[in-house]
Amino acid sequence: MKITKAEVEHVALLARLELTEQEAETFTGQMDAILAYVDKLNELDTDGIVPTAHAVPMENAFRADEVTPSIGIENALGNAPKRAESFFRVPKVIE
Amino acid sequence: MELFELTIHELHDKLKKKEVSSVEATRALLARIDAVEPRVNAFITVTPEEALKNAEAADRRIAAGDMQLLTGIPIALKDIFLTKGVRTTCASRILDNFIPPYDATSVARLKAQGMVLVGKLNQDEFAMGSSTESSYYGKTHNPWNLECIPGGSSGGSAAAIAARQAIATLGTDTGGSIRQPASHCGCVGLKPTYGRVSRYGVIAYASSLDQVGPVTRDVTDCAIMLGAVAGFDPKDSTSVDLPVPDYSKALSNDVKGLKIGLPKEYFIAGLDPDVQKTMDAAIETYKGLGAQFVEISLPHTDYAVATYYLIATAEASSNLARYDGVRFGHRSSEAQGLIDMYRKSRSEGFGEEVKRRIMLGTYALSSGYYDAYYLKAQKVRTLIMQDFSRAFEEVDVILTPVAPTPAFRIGEKSADPLQMYLSDIFTIPVNLAGTCGMSIPAGFSKDGLPVGLQLVGRPFGEECILRAAYAFEQNTDWHERKASL
Repeated sequence: MKITKAEVEHVALLARLELTEQEAETFTGQMDAILAYVDKLNELDTDGIVPTAHAVPMENAFRADEVTPSIGIENALGNAPKRAESFFRVPKVIE
Repeated sequence: MELFELTIHELHDKLKKKEVSSVEATRALLARIDAVEPRVNAFITVTPEEALKNAEAADRRIAAGDMQLLTGIPIALKDIFLTKGVRTTCASRILDNFIPPYDATSVARLKAQGMVLVGKLNQDEFAMGSSTESSYYGKTHNPWNLECIPGGSSGGSAAAIAARQAIATLGTDTGGSIRQPASHCGCVGLKPTYGRVSRYGVIAYASSLDQVGPVTRDVTDCAIMLGAVAGFDPKDSTSVDLPVPDYSKALSNDVKGLKIGLPKEYFIAGLDPDVQKTMDAAIETYKGLGAQFVEISLPHTDYAVATYYLIATAEASSNLARYDGVRFGHRSSEAQGLIDMYRKSRSEGFGEEVKRRIMLGTYALSSGYYDAYYLKAQKVRTLIMQDFSRAFEEVDVILTPVAPTPAFRIGEKSADPLQMYLSDIFTIPVNLAGTCGMSIPAGFSKDGLPVGLQLVGRPFGEECILRAAYAFEQNTDWHERKASL
């Protein structure tokens, strides 16, 4: 086994997902098969190979430090599931 | 010919000569959508009121002599593009009620030309899939055979073109999501070089791989759409600041002396006989036009799918962290406390495929596994890019199948994610290398399903593959066939 159900449940915790018992079972089997498949990458010797994060060379994209129009508070809050005045409202964090 | 059957360039000519108005063309398209949509399900949202309002504005613009190639042309967009004031769901429950406050750059560029948006198209949820079966809004059906998948994730984009529900569409391609559905639906689909088209306002799946591109009826329309959306955008830090050529000028019937590479790793035993037969015939067509063929090798092809599913899922797990129920999207009403709200909102909002990819990506990036999976995949990506660089020292274009088989039946691969992932084996390497590729109609299977041909070009070599595609199109009639609906 490349991955156990307990590990799948731990990953779900990290990913902020709540899995049903059935989902945890299914994902364990499927992730195990996928991870076994991706193990084929170990056939390749990649010592000394530079990893590629982007296909085009990435440089910092600078712009002048000037104020430009933004979408504004009302637009930014337009899709908020819950709001209070000019804020996104969330359940209480601190007891 | 009905108005909804026209290409961009044909409708443009009619609008220019005042033989037809944009309002008439838009009404014809909307009626067509109404007629076939119950069978195809290519759309998530149809926008008739906005479309007719935009068509009236386009007609005024045409009357005033201010006309561009897309002025008054009815276009539909994959539901991954943010469209100001028009619901954008990415085919997910989590964005079911999301109304964007701004347009994606590519949408703004089409609007600046005066396009008429007729609706937002179905796709796999968050562009994760190869069959458009993972949409929260139901499966899209292939117009050539309604029991088959249209491909994915831009399945709605390709199906809408094949079913004549839009004159042109835009899709996105992360591992083949434009080329594979274009192949399965008998359309032209182009994935530009990474950085050629802005990703600003396109809902992110895997940021180092995603790229915007057209799905159209013919190669001329493809060049028109690419020209409209390509170019530098300061709002996308991965956008490349290079001049945009006039792609329409690249469309020449002359491929004499063009060196076309055939990668031996793509023509393997087990390739569907209908696909093999189509490739053989296409090679003969090109030979007849004076192109030269060279056998080449892309030795790391067999590692591309594994590489892709580590890189793409890792990036997805990071990109999809923003769906937390705080600022937009679905929020669970069951939650007790903040962390519980994140977990319940995400678990209720995301479908199974999205959860599976987030899980895989989170695992690949997690402590203790990063080097073994994600870093390893990034190193193999370098090897895959080097394969293409070496090949393009020898040849101008690479010719391959788009998919190992024609469209498969709905449900056939849904229970086995690995089999589904392997259906993108011929398109994925192009995304990993960041170069450009397109799919053009090249034949039909014995069951009457379209089969596409893939042309891969050098980075920013879109003109070369468009020329090769145009020459093929001018000398065959596959693109003229229509699905009977």
